[in-house]
Amino acid sequence: MSIAPAEQETRPETRSEDYLWTLNFGPQHPATHTTLRLVLKLEGERVVDADPEMGYLHSGFEKIGEHLTFNQYVTVTDRMNYISPMANNVAWHHAVETLLGIELTPRGSYIRTIIAELARISDHLLCNGAVGLDTGAFTFFLYGFYQREVIYDIFETLCGARFTNSYTRVGGVSQDFTPLVIEKIRSFLKTFPKTLDDMERLLNRNRIFVDRTKGVGLLTKEEAINRGATGPVARASGVTRDLRRDEPYLAYADLDFQVCCASAGDCYARYLVRMQEMRESLKIVEQALENLPEGPVNVGIDQRTSLPMKQQVYSTIEGTISHFELAMSNRGFDVPSEETYAAIEAPNGELGFYIVGDGDERAYRARCRPPSVLHFAMFPHLIRGHTLSDVVAVLGSLNIIAAELDR
Amino acid sequence: MTHASDTSSNAAADAPPISPHVAAVEQACGPLEHSVYRGQQRMVVPAEKSFETLALLKDRGFDLLIDVSCVDYLEYRGATHRYGLIYLLASTTTNERLTVRAFVDDPEPTVASVVPLWQAANWLEREVWDMFGIHFTGHPDLRRLVMPEAFTAHPLRKDYPLQGRGERHNFPVITRDHS
Repeated sequence: MSIAPAEQETRPETRSEDYLWTLNFGPQHPATHTTLRLVLKLEGERVVDADPEMGYLHSGFEKIGEHLTFNQYVTVTDRMNYISPMANNVAWHHAVETLLGIELTPRGSYIRTIIAELARISDHLLCNGAVGLDTGAFTFFLYGFYQREVIYDIFETLCGARFTNSYTRVGGVSQDFTPLVIEKIRSFLKTFPKTLDDMERLLNRNRIFVDRTKGVGLLTKEEAINRGATGPVARASGVTRDLRRDEPYLAYADLDFQVCCASAGDCYARYLVRMQEMRESLKIVEQALENLPEGPVNVGIDQRTSLPMKQQVYSTIEGTISHFELAMSNRGFDVPSEETYAAIEAPNGELGFYIVGDGDERAYRARCRPPSVLHFAMFPHLIRGHTLSDVVAVLGSLNIIAAELDR
Repeated sequence: MTHASDTSSNAAADAPPISPHVAAVEQACGPLEHSVYRGQQRMVVPAEKSFETLALLKDRGFDLLIDVSCVDYLEYRGATHRYGLIYLLASTTTNERLTVRAFVDDPEPTVASVVPLWQAANWLEREVWDMFGIHFTGHPDLRRLVMPEAFTAHPLRKDYPLQGRGERHNFPVITRDHS
């Protein structure tokens, strides 16, 4: 009898945390879509805490940026956010041109605007499609993926590559629009709104989808700003910030479009903002295509910044000289010893590059400001208190691309 | 004498007007280096005053921390410091942007963490620690972000080569007998 109290004293203290269950989610899991890992602490089915981990796709892109020239590095930016590589190309060369002080030709800036918006549509199709897929709407995903194929087809006609486009160059783009490309974009503009209507009819009022996304992953406006959210994630929380309107770059100042916002800040609001943004992108592409200026697509060869077209190289002396001046390793651009930051409104958020120039045509430092990192960092905040099944909805609605996350 | 005063007033008239934010920081921290390039306002603050400067700027409307990053100026012509921290700020109401830089040096590059001001700085500062080895005092969770925990080097430093080191020497070699 006297032993019992002593036994009680030596019994280890139990804490409520001891009953928590740890679940390893990823790095290879169908619902992460990319290679990232979450360590979830569960109490039953409720997520108490989450520890996101990244780095599985780290490839040293920023280090490579210090060893490749401004034109070569565009191939690496393709591989950052591979859901919308065209937008990355535009972002990179927008930053380079800001550093070098190059003004694009009207046609060049309109063409870049069009491809950036097509990239936005293809990104939102995949992101919303994946949210639908993860919450059980497989048909919706297939609708989205079919339309992505159409956009890939446009890009392939344009520059020969579906995925890794590497389309832009310093001072312009690698290929001008051909009549066939314009025709394909026109037919996409005609057919896509109908699909978009169908997609909205499939999910907007779908009971299962709305129940699984509404009120899930709430992000208030204050938290969104404090945690550095940009793009659709911030706009779904009521932050009315869109670089296309606030700092008009390329041809956006000439075009009429609306900034899509919502105030709820949940997964459903993010879905709605993306759906609406696709419609606005269609409007932008349509206007830009109808008002596509004539004239040269690249800045003049007298500026010695963009590689001349092959026809110029072979048929004019200026073209030949200009080509050699740029291609020889001891010549090249005039790069100031300065530092600039320039960003575009990428489909995912603010995608910017901080470039340090030191006179060489390789960047001394090419820092990429990836929106995915800041969005993934806020994941524990969004998921706390929700159930395990909400993890995929929240993760999908943040649109985290691991290649951009890790770089 | 009159000539000298004439030229100085001319220079003042030619120079762009000083941004009110720069003026406010100068009032709080003393004179500092600032410039405008390609329309971007930049300023350099002393590293030990970076936190209070950024807190002041946050109160002045720069509510969005865009990026925290770093540059290793080891091989940069004319550089006097080794590491330059970069804070990119933006305002969601006025859409202004501001670049704040602070320089730190070896052997123990240290700067105050701005996580108390912006949660966004949490992972960004972890990445700077991971890639450059800058220590952020007051950071709640200063672990490596992208490299594995066992990694010992800081790969984005300029004395770290692009190829040839860091892949194998960091990790123990397990032979067939020991596996």
